[in-house]
Amino acid sequence: MKNRSLVSINDFSKEEILQIVDLAAKFEENPNQELLKNKVIATLFFEPSTRTRLSFDTAINRLGGRIIGFSDASSSSTTKGETLKDTIRMVSNYADLIVMRHPLEGSARYADEESRVPIINAGDGANQHPTQTLLDLYSIKKTQGTLENLNIFMVGDLKYGRTVHSLLQAMSHFNPVFNFISPDELRMPDEYKFWLDSKGITFYEHTEFTDILSRADILYMTRVQQERFADPLEYEKVKNIYILKNSMLKNTKDNLRILHPLPRVNEINTDVDANPKAYYFQQAENGVYARMAIIASILGLV
Amino acid sequence: MTAKKELRVSAIQHGTVIDHIPANKLFKVISILKLDRCKNLITFGTNLGSNRFGKKAIVKVADKFFDEKDLNKIALVAPEARFNVIKDYDVVEKREVELPNEIVGIAKCFNPKCITNTEAMATKFSLVVSKEIALKCHYCEKITTKEHLVIL
Ligand SMILES: [Zn+2]
Repeated sequence: MKNRSLVSINDFSKEEILQIVDLAAKFEENPNQELLKNKVIATLFFEPSTRTRLSFDTAINRLGGRIIGFSDASSSSTTKGETLKDTIRMVSNYADLIVMRHPLEGSARYADEESRVPIINAGDGANQHPTQTLLDLYSIKKTQGTLENLNIFMVGDLKYGRTVHSLLQAMSHFNPVFNFISPDELRMPDEYKFWLDSKGITFYEHTEFTDILSRADILYMTRVQQERFADPLEYEKVKNIYILKNSMLKNTKDNLRILHPLPRVNEINTDVDANPKAYYFQQAENGVYARMAIIASILGLV
Repeated sequence: MTAKKELRVSAIQHGTVIDHIPANKLFKVISILKLDRCKNLITFGTNLGSNRFGKKAIVKVADKFFDEKDLNKIALVAPEARFNVIKDYDVVEKREVELPNEIVGIAKCFNPKCITNTEAMATKFSLVVSKEIALKCHYCEKITTKEHLVIL
């Protein structure tokens, strides 16, 4: 992985994904290591994302690295009309690694072509957010002890949710069974279903929570957003169907864990938070270790 | 019949004849092959005859022989085009165009949020093989289908 960018989760093989996941566990055991001493990491956030930026900043700080960059485009030269290419060319002369978040899709791939140093994609519009996927995988491995043969439930906006698409692609290395629960308007797109078929992976589709939830190992919740619906009445009809309540977890497996990429609005009732099966806050913490593992691997420091 | 049609655009001694271009794509073909900057003798005719694809256009470029790679670039706009290589007024080679697996700088990505629609850069697609032409953007990973296809 040394000197290779992480633009899309598909850039990493199954073995490389497993390496990152195992390494994340080692960083969790021993989070303060001076591996990035004398390294400069640029964090370029062309759109604000406090959560992701803090996670990267924490990871870099724990590894003893220094950070340059900006946290939203209004404080960057982009507002003066500078092209992405020029910004990347300049910054790649200053830093050893660039972490980049950008509202336009494909920007990270393009930045990688123009940069002298590796790029970590911290989200390019609705396209890819591979470090989120790797922290999801680490969370799954940590809570289930394995990534193999799990029954993964994905709930909510399965049409536009980039986190579920990337997770689906990454988990497909590990012989999963998928259950998709979503309103008709927000079903998993055909291209992903065809792709699963081509890999011989079993999946089921549902429009509401059913007693089948008792089979789940992982329940991956996402938000159903009103702006995704052309017809506001359709949203009104479905908005309360995809809310997880503690009472619905009664007959679920002991090893079930509930994940959510956060921020949550109302799709997980707060009465779930105290349930030991709720895992979304630890999941966010796992992001720091996963990002430490990604940075250290790409810089060839481990 | 064919001979009569050909005579509407004068014959060339050596060079390349590009036939079966849809008439409304003639200027796209000229621009993709950069013929507007070519110094050779070029003759063309358009709105000629008609076949099952409607009116066609024909271009004759004297003393020029194209690389297969360049010729295939026009496959997106003129999938039925034929190339005839002419030597001493004779057709010595006939070729059809074939869609290349990688298409650089010809088509526009239909995704308005794609970086290629904001930054001054070349687009890049890979060909998705299915019933219809579909292009997968190398950058945003979205698929532009034939109905949304715009040639730059
Ligand atoms: Zn694109």
